[in-house]
Amino acid sequence: MSLEALITILGMAAVTYAIRAGGLLLANRLPTTGFVAAWLRHLPGAVLAALVAPAILKGGPAEWLAAAATALIYALTRNLFAAMVGGVFAVFLLRQLL
Amino acid sequence: MTELTNPSSSSSRAQFLLGMRLFTPVAISIAAYGLVWGVLAGQAGMSVLEVALMSGLVFAGASQFVALDMWHPGSLPIVSIIVATAIVNLRVLLMSATLRPVVGHLPLPRALAAMFFVSDEQWAMTMVEVRKGRGSVGFLLGTGVLSWISWAGSTLLGRLAGAFIDDPTRYGLDFAFTATFLVLLLGMWKGKTDIVPWAVAAASAILTAKLVPGNWYIIVGGLLGSLAGALVEMRRARHVA
Repeated sequence: MSLEALITILGMAAVTYAIRAGGLLLANRLPTTGFVAAWLRHLPGAVLAALVAPAILKGGPAEWLAAAATALIYALTRNLFAAMVGGVFAVFLLRQLL
Repeated sequence: MTELTNPSSSSSRAQFLLGMRLFTPVAISIAAYGLVWGVLAGQAGMSVLEVALMSGLVFAGASQFVALDMWHPGSLPIVSIIVATAIVNLRVLLMSATLRPVVGHLPLPRALAAMFFVSDEQWAMTMVEVRKGRGSVGFLLGTGVLSWISWAGSTLLGRLAGAFIDDPTRYGLDFAFTATFLVLLLGMWKGKTDIVPWAVAAASAILTAKLVPGNWYIIVGGLLGSLAGALVEMRRARHVA
């Protein structure tokens, strides 16, 4: 393992634990309603959307259609595994066809 | 209450085991995510030791998925990975804050140690117990320990199993990243209030990815999108009020 990887992992662990412990220490001062609370709640979804959108866009028609298939399978089954496997299979087929 | 202050008491142990038992179905679904993450970690070039360390010490699924996307051995964007991890996990502040009543009677070092296990599913299940007037440290730790075993074990297993896949792009497995993130995102859908933040996040990320090198688009999009979501929510609340 490289030193960079070790530093990255320890850094991730440190900030994550600091947040977990910080919530308890700041319990009386953290807002449970209002702007900051709403902002914190929206963070994970926004980060994932920011990650997914460019990834889908930079692919081609095969990736766009496979992304649609993935979303459709998830909407129908609510199953992460099924949707992921279906998406991968769809991209595999579409790359042969397109 | 006296039983709860003594962790070695049978009641606390019963709570620990109850937590583990109730959490088992959730632990299985966490393991399914974990397997996926482990396979993807292998594709991203993470070693078995790195997988074990990250899952064991960071123990936060969503942020680990984001870190994988940014993981380029040889030129690791150390700062942006750590910043992205902090941003994805900031919401946990609110979760551990609400656990104060559960661990408030413990000496501070112990209460803080228990916070290591706080994660979405485990917190949600503990809060359900709290609302029924039953939440306890034993329950919190039982669900937490099982959650940790499930995540650490399944990610390691996925990494080891993934080593047998030679050329990921041939089978379309490179798309597994995008597909997984897309599904994780859809799983977070709570209603129309998500439209604006997600659209702003997507648009600003696409724009930033074109203009700025590196992975900063994830952080820029995440921040702008979530701020937009909070603004919309505040305006709506004012209209109602």
